[in-house]
Amino acid sequence: MSADFLQFLFSGITQGACYALVGLGFSIIYNASQVINFAQGEFVMIAGMAAVALIDAGAPFVLALAAGVALTVVVGVALEKFAIEPARNASVVTLIIITIGASIFLRGAAELLGGRGFRSMPAFSGNEPIVIGGAALLPQSLWVLGVTVVIIFALGRFFNSTMHGKAMLATAYNPVMAQLMGINTRLVLSLSFALAALLGGIAGVLIAPLSLTYSTVGVMLGLKGFCAAILGGLGKPMGAIAGGLLVGVSEAMTAGYLSSAYKDAVAFVIILVVLVVLPGGLFGGRSVERV
Amino acid sequence: MHARPSFRWLIAAFTIVALAASAVTASAAEPIRLGAFLAVTGKGAFLGDPEKKTLETYVEKVNGEGGVLGRKVELIVYDTGSEAKEALTFVKRLIEQDKVDAIIGGTSTGETMAVIREVEAAAVPFISLAGGAEIVEPVKKWVFKTPHTDRLAVEKLFTDMKARGLTKIGILSGPGGFDKSCRTNAMALAPAKGLAIVADETHGAGDTDMTPQLTRIKGAPGLQAFLYCGFGAPTSIVAKNVRQIGLGVPHYQTHGSASMSFIQGAEGAAEGVRLPAAALLVVDQLPADHPQKAVATAYRDAYTERYKEPISTFGGHAYDGLFIVLEAIKRAGGTDKAKVRDEIEKTNRFIGADGIFTMSPTDHLGLDTASFVMVEVKDGTWLLLN
Repeated sequence: MSADFLQFLFSGITQGACYALVGLGFSIIYNASQVINFAQGEFVMIAGMAAVALIDAGAPFVLALAAGVALTVVVGVALEKFAIEPARNASVVTLIIITIGASIFLRGAAELLGGRGFRSMPAFSGNEPIVIGGAALLPQSLWVLGVTVVIIFALGRFFNSTMHGKAMLATAYNPVMAQLMGINTRLVLSLSFALAALLGGIAGVLIAPLSLTYSTVGVMLGLKGFCAAILGGLGKPMGAIAGGLLVGVSEAMTAGYLSSAYKDAVAFVIILVVLVVLPGGLFGGRSVERV
Repeated sequence: MHARPSFRWLIAAFTIVALAASAVTASAAEPIRLGAFLAVTGKGAFLGDPEKKTLETYVEKVNGEGGVLGRKVELIVYDTGSEAKEALTFVKRLIEQDKVDAIIGGTSTGETMAVIREVEAAAVPFISLAGGAEIVEPVKKWVFKTPHTDRLAVEKLFTDMKARGLTKIGILSGPGGFDKSCRTNAMALAPAKGLAIVADETHGAGDTDMTPQLTRIKGAPGLQAFLYCGFGAPTSIVAKNVRQIGLGVPHYQTHGSASMSFIQGAEGAAEGVRLPAAALLVVDQLPADHPQKAVATAYRDAYTERYKEPISTFGGHAYDGLFIVLEAIKRAGGTDKAKVRDEIEKTNRFIGADGIFTMSPTDHLGLDTASFVMVEVKDGTWLLLN
C-alpha cells in the first residue's frame, strides 16, 4: 500500500511542479500589469515543439533545448511589444482578451509550422525508471523537480537582490508610485513577459519528454497552471508553487484512492473551497478592499 | 454580290461550331456529380486530409480511364474545418446548389450525425467516412458507411485475448468520443465473450501522466491483460507509463493507435503492444493470397506516387466510399438516386482497403471482424500476427 502511495506522490509532485512553473509565469505577468496572460500555456508548447523540431533536424540536444527556450522568450517579448503595448491604455479585461487571441494565433501558427501530429522528445537521462520503495520514478521527473527548485531560488534572488527584480516588485505594489520613483514601468512590463516566457519555455522542454508535444499541449497545462496561481494567491510566486503542488498531488491521490473519474473535479473543488475561505488564495493574506 | 456567299459560309461555319459546342456541352453537361464534405483542416485534419487526397487521386484516375458509363465524374469537396455545424451548411449546398448524385463524407461521427436528417429528407445516397456505430444502427435508408466500428475493433481484441487465455481485463480510457465508445463497447461485449473487466479507469483531456490510474489497474485482483481506449498523444504516454511502473501483463490498444506517431512517441515503450488494424497498415506483410493484397498495394502505390507521403489507413475509408458508389452507379446504369441507393445496399464482396464489404438491408456497413488484422509492435514497426 505504501508503494502505491509513493507512486501517487511521485506522480503528483512531478505534475505539480509542471503546474507550478506555468503558474509562476501567470503570477509574474499579473504583478507587472494585472493581466492574466492566457498564452502562458502556449509558451510551454512553443518551447517543446521548437526543440523537438530542431532535434529532428539534427541539432545537438542541449543546443536544441536552449534554442527552444530562446525562441519562446522572443515570442513572449514580441507578444508584449506588438499586442499588449499598443493597447496599454485599454482596460485590463481588453488586454486579457488580447492574450486569449494571441494563444489561439500561436496554436494555429504551431499547427501550420509544426504539423498536426504529436512528437516525443528524448528524456534527458534515459527512460530507465528508478525504483524507490517499490514505486517507479522516471529520471525526467527528477529533472523537473530539480530545475523547479533551482528556479525558485534563482527567482528569489532576482526579486530580492537585483535592481530589475526590485523594480518589478515595486511596480507590482504600486505602478504609479514606481513610475514616480523613476522606474521604467514599460521596461518592467517587457521584462515580465520575457521572464514568464523563459519560465514557460523551461517548463516546456522539461515536460516534453513526459507529456509529448503537439500544438494544443499548452491548453490544459495553461489552465492547471492558472488554477495553481489562483490557489496560491495571484501575484505571489511562492503561492503559485504551493498551489501547483497542491493541485498536482490532490489529482494524483484522487485518481489513486478515490476514482479517476473525479480527478479533475477534486482539484477544482479544492480551489473553490480555498477561495471561499481565503479569497486572496493561500498566500494572499487578508487583503482589505479599499472603497 | 461578292459578299453574300462568304456571309452564307459564315453562317454555316457558325452553325457547325455552335452545334459542335452544344454537342460537347451536352455530353459534358451530364457528368456524375459527387459531393464530399471533409474535415480537411482543424482537429480532424489528419483524417480528412488523406481522405480528400484519396478522392482526388482516384476521381482523376477514373476520368483518365474514360469515366463511368462514359460520363466524367465531377468531384465537389467542401472543408468543414472539423465543425459539425459547418457540415450541415455544406451538405445543404451540395444538395440544393450543386445537385449532387451522391454524397461522401463526414470525417467524424459528429459531422455525420449532424447531416443525416437533411440527407434522409432529400433522399440522396450518402456514404459516411466516420467510425461511430450509431451512424448505421439503427439502419437509415440513405445512409451507409465504410470505416470499421469501434465494436468490431473491440470484438477483434477480445477474440485475441481469449485465444491467449486472458480473461481478466483492466481498461483505461480517455475523455474523447472515440475513447468512450470503445469503453462502452468493451463493457457491453465482455460478458458475452466470457471476459471480466476487473478495473475500469479513466483520464482527463490533456493529462500527461497516467501512472496513478495504471497503479490502480496493476493492483486489480487477477489482472491478466490491459486495454487502453484512446487516441493521439495519450496512446504514447500510456505506453511509456506502463513501462515505467512495470505493469507486467499483455498490453492492448485500439486502431486509434495505428499510426507511426504512436510508436515513435512511445520511444520503445510500444514494443509488444497489440492492436487491431486495417490490412492497409501492413500491406507489405500480407500473404500473396490475402484477398485485399492487390487492392491495398495498388492504393498504397497510387497515393504515395502522387503525394510523396506515407498512406494512412484513413484515406482507405474514402477509397472504399468512392468505389462503392461508382460501382453502384455502374450497376444501376445511371444516377437515378433510388436505384443507386438500392445498388449500394446490394454491394456484395466488394474488396476495398478497409475490408471486404457485403451490405444488406439490415447492414449498411458490411464489414465483419475479418476486415481487421491483429498487429504487434516489433522493432519499431508493425508485425502482422496470424
